[in-house]
Amino acid sequence: MPQPSDTTAGVGPSPLARAHVSPWGDRAWGAGVSILGGSILVVAGLILAELGGVSLVAWKKLGLLRFLFGSDWDPVQDKFGALPFIYGTLVTSTIAIVVAVPVSVGLALFLSEMGPKQLRRPVGFAIEVLAAIPSVIFGLWGLFVMVPWLRESVEPFLQAVLGFLPLFQGPMIGLGYLAAGLILAIMILPTIASVTLEVLKTVPLALKEGALALGATRWEAIRMAVLPYARPGIVGAALLGLGRALGETMAVTMVIGNAPDIHASLFAPGYSLPAVIANEFAEATGDVHVGALASLGLVLFGITVLLNALAQVLIRAVSRGMSRGAA
Amino acid sequence: MKKFALSALLLVAGTASAGPILVTGAGATFPFPLYSKWFAEYNKAFPDIRFNYQSIGSGGGIQQFTNGTVDFGATDAPMNPDEMAKAADAVHVPTVLGAVVVTYNAPFAGLKLTPDLLAAIYLGKVSKWSDPALAKVNPGIKFPDMPITVVRRSDGSGTTYVFTDYLAKVSSEWKEKVGTGKSVSWPAGLGGKGNEGVTGLIKQTPGSIGYVELAYANQNKLPLTTLQNRDGNFVAPSLESTSAAAAGVQMPADYRVSLTNAAGATAYPIASFTYLLIHKDMADQAKGEAIVKFLWWAIHDGQKLAAPLDYAPLPKSVVSMVEKTVQGLQVQGKPVTLAAAQ
Amino acid sequence: MTSLRWRKFVDRFWTLASAAGVLAALVPLASLLWLVVSHGAAGLSWTFFTNLPAPVGETGGGVGNGIVGTLLLVAIASVIALPVGIGAGVFLAEKGNGRAGELIRFVTEVLSGVPSIVIGIVAYGLVVARMKHFSALAGGLALALLMIPTLARSTEEFVRLVPGALREASLALGVPKWKTSLLVILRTAAGGIITAVLLAVARAAGETAPLLFTALNNQYWNLRADQPTASLTVQIFNYAISPYEDWHNKAWTAALVLLLLVGVLNLLARILSRNRMEGAR
Repeated sequence: MPQPSDTTAGVGPSPLARAHVSPWGDRAWGAGVSILGGSILVVAGLILAELGGVSLVAWKKLGLLRFLFGSDWDPVQDKFGALPFIYGTLVTSTIAIVVAVPVSVGLALFLSEMGPKQLRRPVGFAIEVLAAIPSVIFGLWGLFVMVPWLRESVEPFLQAVLGFLPLFQGPMIGLGYLAAGLILAIMILPTIASVTLEVLKTVPLALKEGALALGATRWEAIRMAVLPYARPGIVGAALLGLGRALGETMAVTMVIGNAPDIHASLFAPGYSLPAVIANEFAEATGDVHVGALASLGLVLFGITVLLNALAQVLIRAVSRGMSRGAA
Repeated sequence: MKKFALSALLLVAGTASAGPILVTGAGATFPFPLYSKWFAEYNKAFPDIRFNYQSIGSGGGIQQFTNGTVDFGATDAPMNPDEMAKAADAVHVPTVLGAVVVTYNAPFAGLKLTPDLLAAIYLGKVSKWSDPALAKVNPGIKFPDMPITVVRRSDGSGTTYVFTDYLAKVSSEWKEKVGTGKSVSWPAGLGGKGNEGVTGLIKQTPGSIGYVELAYANQNKLPLTTLQNRDGNFVAPSLESTSAAAAGVQMPADYRVSLTNAAGATAYPIASFTYLLIHKDMADQAKGEAIVKFLWWAIHDGQKLAAPLDYAPLPKSVVSMVEKTVQGLQVQGKPVTLAAAQ
Repeated sequence: MTSLRWRKFVDRFWTLASAAGVLAALVPLASLLWLVVSHGAAGLSWTFFTNLPAPVGETGGGVGNGIVGTLLLVAIASVIALPVGIGAGVFLAEKGNGRAGELIRFVTEVLSGVPSIVIGIVAYGLVVARMKHFSALAGGLALALLMIPTLARSTEEFVRLVPGALREASLALGVPKWKTSLLVILRTAAGGIITAVLLAVARAAGETAPLLFTALNNQYWNLRADQPTASLTVQIFNYAISPYEDWHNKAWTAALVLLLLVGVLNLLARILSRNRMEGAR
């Protein structure tokens, strides 16, 4: 049998003959990579430790329940109730989801099913552009374009038509929950639309084709076969969008009116968790005030983590074919 | 890899190199138009010294000064005992006088308000421009039937402190329900960030009313409200009425004084000194010297720039007191040699 | 009513409804872009890019220090985020199949959802409070914390996309494991990773909230990591909420500059990924 060195004649000594390859390079690489991987855990730990440590002072002084459900934000008397901010965040995010989900699903359907093929690329591109626009520029546009439009056209219309509802009563200044909710809706559109699009792509073609073969129109096929299958994924997309809406700071603080009150009307000024942190953090005097703001940050962190985790579970359920509509 | 090393080196080099002296300060938005002019002019005269002043509100100024994250602070509200306990070496240096004016966005000019009316508006009790209480004090004005949108500060503000200090003095209901402070629990209103933000909101929101420093209202051509002062006269905010408010008040040694609701026929009821917060003994040689020399300039040459920007210069008696204070400031244990007083 | 005509009508109706959805998304976008360009273009000038801001209430001046500041912050953020993010991504791709890997992947996912304002609080506590002043370093760290999770995830994805055969061939030729990872696998995945980096940088350049109390702001030019620094985004925010007409105009122009910066980065990323796709055929 020819020796290995014979077959590799002219190429130098066979690499296989180099039995003493130093393991140090591999070990260093392995260690380095592991350290970098572990640093993610360090980063997460630092974030939690910093937030938690600063918040502790406020919790000890205020008591957790009173903090979460108190509605009085009074730095003079060291009274900090987070309810107005939680309320404002919830209201604006709800408006955002109610407006953005139907539009996004319509958008995703357009891009995957219902739109003419030539338009899909440009519209898809436009949505990517929308996703890349920084928050402060949305705020700039919102402040100078959307707020006057709301004040002069939309809010008077809503009050005229639906003014019997407390939602649409009160002075119309343009700034407030409605403005913030609409800006958020525009900002989370690309997130929900792109995830919905991905989810729609995982729907087995056979489902839709089966419906079409049975004589359904395109819309009926979508409604009866595609959407039920994709529903958990769409809910997941909505949750991702919600998570993003909850954390938005700049655009919201520029149009919400920064008033730590609770009002029924959508036209009223309000406040949100990120906005109050942005406005008050640099000058929070006293450890309790700083702690209260950091606690708000922690609450925000907790909620967005939960939402993101839930969203991931739902979206993965669809792509793994565990959706109920698959039966 | 090489690129990272290079960038790291550059950063270190940048940090270590000597260059112009950079002094960072932060605080009140009340005097910001004047301070930004001062620091620009001072930098023109002394290009090697740069004052980076950020107007984040008096609350921020006190907090960052106490934390040591800025070299000097600025506030219209003198520090309260709690704050002084945390920053025991803080010296208040008054720089100039200003007025907190009530301005509005509505289709009429020449609004007059009594102290009670002003408090009622901010308490949310008078919520429409067509309220008869307003017509009673302003017989000549045709008021529109619009809701009053109250605007106030969303950040910790010395301007708010001065304003609420005044309201607490003239309205027992305000004193009980809301009180005085840099941030209070407002019964109503939109929040703007800084004097800039409040002015911006008023300019854009028809039917709004708010309190800002005089310079901001004038620079943006907003109408000024004439307020009834303690003596019963309706006084418009101006340099003269601001100075008149300071005339009757005895300045204490630590400069922590309130000028609101001052006595005097022509005194404007909501005037205030504004202060720079300086450490009594500063650790950094270059910065400390720069700050002390700037202060000397500010209370002499700087005062000439005040009037064109609608700030009233310090009264002469106060200038003499401040001169002694500035001469008493120390850098690394030693006073700074200053040019002779003018 | 299940007649064919009715069903076709419903089908047409929902097609139009989804088209309406598209319009609802595109009209604000068009309005925003149109306004940024039309209001902003008027203010573009040499002084705008090279001058410092003028004193309050005066016209003139520019946002030169804001542009330089944004570049400085992004540079600092990249120096921190690139090694950590890419390194973590490589870890997840190469050794990430065990319990540790699952944990780190989960934590990365969680971190990518942290609101930027919360990251700002953390950066303030970690850097500003300890260093006793506001600094570009603090701002850069905040931005880096935002970049790391997306970089890690994208890197893991692109490294996993490299065909296993490539790794096996390299190892079979006797190339040590670490050289294989670094010079063969990473180099192959480089295109995708660079795309991810460009996108992460574009996102960091557009952030405002975490900078408000980390980098603060600065009236002057600044290249030092230990000093507060101006940035385009904070400048736009301050100008937008101010009452001065001149500042509003500057805000639009600064927005235009920022959009161009972000747009160029995104465009580069697209071109790179398209070339890669086409090159792979």
